[in-house]
Order: sequence, then C-alpha cells, then structure tokens
Amino acid sequence: MKNYLIFLYKVWRVSFQGSWQFYTWMAFLSILSLIGLNAYSHQLVDGLQTTGMTNQVSWGAYIANFTFLVGVAAAAVMLVIPAYVYKMHHMHRVVLFGELMAIAVIIMCLLFVMVDLGHPERFHHLLPPWGKLNFPGSILAWDVIVLNGYLLLNMHICGYLLYCYYREKKPTWLFYIPFVFVAIIWAVSIHTVTAFLYVGLAGRPYWNHPIVAPRFLASAFTAGPALLIVTFQVIRKFTNYWIGDEPIFTLRRVITIAMIINVFLLGCEIFAEFYPGTVHQAAANYLYFGLHGHNGLVPWIWTAIALDVIGLTILLTPWSHRISGLNTACIVCFVGIWIEKGMGLIIPGFVPSPLGEIVEYLPSVNETLVCLGIWSFGILVYSWMLHVAIPIMNGNLKKTSSST
Amino acid sequence: MQRETPPAKDIDAMSDTPEKLKRPKTVEEAIKPMDRRSFLKGAAASVVGMSGLVAALQPLLKLERGEITLDGLLQKHYKELSPKRMQTILRKLEEECKERYGVLPSIRDLKPAEGIGFAYALNLSRCVGCRKCAHACMAENNQHRDTPDDINMSYIRVLELAKGSINLETSNHYYDPKEVPQKDKYYMPVQCHQCRESPCTKACPVEATWQDDDGIIVIDYNWCIGCRYCMAACPYDARRFNYEKPKIPNEAINPNQGYLSNRPRPKGVVEICTFCLQRTRAGKYPACMEVCPTGARVFGNILDPDSEINYILQNKRVYVLKEDVGTQPRFYYYFD
Repeated sequence: MKNYLIFLYKVWRVSFQGSWQFYTWMAFLSILSLIGLNAYSHQLVDGLQTTGMTNQVSWGAYIANFTFLVGVAAAAVMLVIPAYVYKMHHMHRVVLFGELMAIAVIIMCLLFVMVDLGHPERFHHLLPPWGKLNFPGSILAWDVIVLNGYLLLNMHICGYLLYCYYREKKPTWLFYIPFVFVAIIWAVSIHTVTAFLYVGLAGRPYWNHPIVAPRFLASAFTAGPALLIVTFQVIRKFTNYWIGDEPIFTLRRVITIAMIINVFLLGCEIFAEFYPGTVHQAAANYLYFGLHGHNGLVPWIWTAIALDVIGLTILLTPWSHRISGLNTACIVCFVGIWIEKGMGLIIPGFVPSPLGEIVEYLPSVNETLVCLGIWSFGILVYSWMLHVAIPIMNGNLKKTSSST
Repeated sequence: MQRETPPAKDIDAMSDTPEKLKRPKTVEEAIKPMDRRSFLKGAAASVVGMSGLVAALQPLLKLERGEITLDGLLQKHYKELSPKRMQTILRKLEEECKERYGVLPSIRDLKPAEGIGFAYALNLSRCVGCRKCAHACMAENNQHRDTPDDINMSYIRVLELAKGSINLETSNHYYDPKEVPQKDKYYMPVQCHQCRESPCTKACPVEATWQDDDGIIVIDYNWCIGCRYCMAACPYDARRFNYEKPKIPNEAINPNQGYLSNRPRPKGVVEICTFCLQRTRAGKYPACMEVCPTGARVFGNILDPDSEINYILQNKRVYVLKEDVGTQPRFYYYFD
C-alpha cells in the first residue's frame, strides 16, 4: 500500500515535469477545456435551449460525437488482437498506447452523454439499488453497462501493467491476460450495443437497418487505428520511446481492410435506400440530395464521401507505404468517418420527423464550444497518460529510483 | 537507463529497444528537489489554473435557488414512494407552483381504477382541422409557450394532408388558411397513441416512464434524467422536451393538476399526452375531446362492452397509424 502511494506520488510529480512544448500543449488544452466547461455551465443554468436541438431533432452534436468516439475506443482491439492473438512481437511495444487511448476516449464518450442529459445531477438514477436501471429492456441501459465495463477493464489492464513495469516485475499472467481477452469481446460489444441503440428503433427507418452495426465496426476499425498511427509518430517525435515502423504498417493493413469493408457497406446501404424507391428513403434523400428544399446535410455528406474515397484510394496505392501518404490517408479517413458517422448518421434519423415534418438542425455556438471542450479534455487526458506512461515503459520511472 | 532487456522469448515485456537510441535524461534527473524558483512557478501556475476554473464555473451562480436540492436528489422512484411521503411532495409542489406562478393548485396523485382500459378513436371523416383540440390541450396541460398562441408544445399535432393519400411526408403541420376545412384537404390530429407495446417505455434507461394498468403512459418528472431516448423511440413524434424552464402566464395556469400529468414541469424533462389523466381518472373526458366542435373524438373504456368506443372499434372502418411498427396503439382513426 505504501509502495503504491509512493508510486502515485511519483506519477503526480512526473505529471508536472516536462519540456516547454509539453507545458504549452497542456496549457492550450486546459484553456480549451475550460472554455468548454464555461459553455456547459451556461447550458446547466439555462437548459438545453442553449443547443440547436428541438422536439423534432432531439439529439444532435453531442450524441453524434459520442457515437463516433465509441468506435474509436473500440478500435483499441486492433492493437490487442495482433499482439495477443497473433502474437506479433512488435505490437507489444505499442499495445498499451491503444488501451490508454480507449480510456481517454471512453471518458469523452461518458462526458458527451452527460452533457446531453437534461438532468445530469440525477445520474444516480441509473445505479441500482438506489436507481432503477431498465435492464435488459432498454438498450441505453446496456450501453451504460458496456461502456463503464470497458472503461474499468482498460483501467485495470493499463494500471496493472504500468505498476508492474514500475516495480520491474514481470506481470502475472492471471492478473491481466484473461482481462485482455474479455476486453477484446467487450470492445466489439460496446460498438455493437451503441449501434443497437439506433437499430432497435422501428419508428426510424433510417436507423432500423441491420447493416448499421457491422458498418459501425468497419468504420471504427478505420478511424481508431488511423488516430493511433498519428499518435505513434507524435510519441516517436517528442519522446524517447522508440516505436519502429512495423506497428504503424501493421495498422496500415488493418485500416486498409476496414476501409474497404466500410466503403463496400456504404454502397450496400445506398443501394438498399435508393433502389426500391419506398417512402422510407426520405431520410437518405434528405442526407444525400436534400428534401423539399432543405439540404443542410448535403455538403457534409458529400465531403465525407469524397474524403472516404480519397482516403481509400491513397491506402490502395503505394503512396500509403510512405509515412507521408499514410498520414494523409489517416487524417482524411478520420475526418470523413467523423462526419458520416456523427452528423451523417444521427441527424437524418430525425429528418423528416416520424410525422413527416422537416426541421433542420445546426449546432449552436454554445453547443460547439462544449464539444470542443470535451475533445480538448479527452486529448488532455490522453496526453497526460502518455506523459506518465512513457517514462515507466522506458524504465526511467521505477521503484528503485529515488525521487524527491 | 533503459530497463533491463527481458529474455527474447518474453513477448509480454517491453523489449527490442535499439541500442542506437541515445540514453535519455532520466526522470530522476528531471525531478530535482524542488527549489524556491520552481516552487514559485508551480504556485503561480496553480493560481492561474484555479482562477481559470472559477471563472469558467461563474455562470453557475445564476442557477436558481431550489433548482437542485438534496431533497430532490434523494427522492425515490414514484413506485417506491410511501403515501405519506407522496403527500409531502405534493404539498411542496403546490407551494412551488404558487411561488412561481401565483396560483395555488390542487395536485393529486390519481391512481388507475380497476376494470378500466382507456382508448381513443378519432373520426377522420369529421375532423375539420380547426386545431381547437391542440389549443385546449395547452390550456389544460400547462405546457411551456413563448406567446399565448404558441402551440409548439401541445401534445396534439394536426396534419393537413392532400386528399388521395395518407403520406405523412407530404403533410403540412403549419397550414394557416383563412378557413378550414380546405376543399382538397383533410386533417389528421396526432397525439400520444398510448401504445400497448410502447417503444418509449422500453427505451427509458431508468424506468421514468411506464404504462399504468388503465393503459395510460405516464412520466415521473422527478425521476426523468432527460436523455430523450424515448423521443427517438416514438414513431408518432408524441413526446416533448422542456429545453428551458417552462414559461406559462400566471393567468393561464390550470390549477387542477396531477403529479404524473399536467403539473408544471421542471426544465430538462420529457412530457407527453396522458389522456388528461387528471380529468379522465376523475370521471371526466379529455380536454381535446370536450372541445371538439364536430364530435370527431370518442373516448372511453374499452373493457366496457357497451361503450361507444367498443362499438366503433367493432363496427367502423378503423385505421391504425403505422400499424407496421407493431406498437398496438390505444388510439384509433376511423371513417364513416
């Protein structure tokens, strides 16, 4: 226990030690987070009228970002599976970075849900025995369980491994390998359950579509690893932790395959929406071409599709074997998927409304600031975790070393 | 120093660090005993950080007193409240209403009666689209309104449809001709269908909304967390959310209130049509039915074989809106 407290103290000290770049970066993120917190305080006082949401479009940017980020969190398995299932040696050097990212991203997801609530202070209504969790009836109850479970699993795995490295002890198999394998299945479940949130609603034909869940996974396994590829290079550049090219190019293969599947499934979806010509295609019409003169999402979705196609094209050409090409592809795919799976999935579910009303949605300034704040806070948390984890993984922060 | 390289077979540990990498500055070298200078720097940074935090939270000072109370946080789910506790809560809510709107209401917690299953039928051949029902709903149910005529929060939406089809997508919610009915149009009021297989109650993660034994779907406004999943689930667009604290003119407050129905809502919760349970559970008709000038609306007890509603369901040409989604509504349309 005492040793653990000393460990925490050292972690605390290391958290505030760094280069001027580190300080600048963290200060920058802190300021943005505070701006977001300020915007959220306004929302808490005035209610959700500070957002662009309406009775017709009752979910907006918060839930869109939430949906996208659940995928990014799930994508940590794309490091875990090569490392632990296929026993790819080189992936073990980086697998922890994926799990840490999952922690940071799940925190962002939970924040996005919290800020979407009309009564966040009643959060305990979800927690039995005091609360009443409508399980197994409500898919949202499932989502609460799987998201928090995934957070705990990853916190355990990362915390345990880092503490072992710190003590220079070999991790005990039993204390983490079973959790790693549970986390693999769990990762798939968080994204599937989140997809089922939408798929389970018979009154929204745009969502009530079996392909949503597989497409969620395919796009997640593109966006998540894309972010990791960029992160690895940041770590390589700014820290002394060595990451070779192999993990990066293993992930390149993952995102290429995932992106092919994603674009293929997108094609399937477009076919099913448009070929039969039923009234249920109204939402897709609105998204892709505009409906009765309302076309708020049209530029967005075509941007997303263009980015998806450009990203996939780069991934299929030799340019993606070079870091510059790969980075371009990663950023392009990440943004493309953020649009199509965020706004492109959530908003058309509400337009037209079940009674045929067309009310367009645009996030308000305050809402956008809250989103910005949560993104910054998530990146802040991830940066901090990397900043602490890397010296431990490098062996620079260990039990035997003295710290003042 | 790098950590000791583990045996090559050990794939779980951090290995294969190339030797070419320069020996980094260790953390110990970085963490020096804190000197005066770095202490002051740290203190200054903390002060800046804390003042930033305080500044960011500044708007919370405007939070109305009594909006978040310990009592409120500790209140149990409706179904777990003792009758005595319920009475205390009702009296408190009455006081709050008086304080805010200057009207002392009577708030009751009316329970469903045995042997009653409510159902509603609406005659599309008779409805003329006057929207009197939508306005009566506002007068009865204490919804938020921006102007006295604002019926955005009304539980009833009247759709104007072109004769010849029932395609909701071509409906007009905001029709405003000089007189109704227009020759080439017909009208379809839509409100909560009180579905037997209700997607909204299934969706709610905290059981804040449920169907009572008489078929009415209710919401405990003191339990709802405001996630709006029920709104996404509803195929009839029947649910409304309080995006702001409801604004109701004092003179428009209806003092006959129910705990699960028309008492003034807090901001941040969902609400729906409850077939006016503050009236119907006390033996009256819903406000929308009473006001209807053409007699297009029929409300009654479906379990009573002699009721008019039963006659209609058995003898008229009945139409269920969106029957394909399997919700089995207690709200029917019919034609003469």
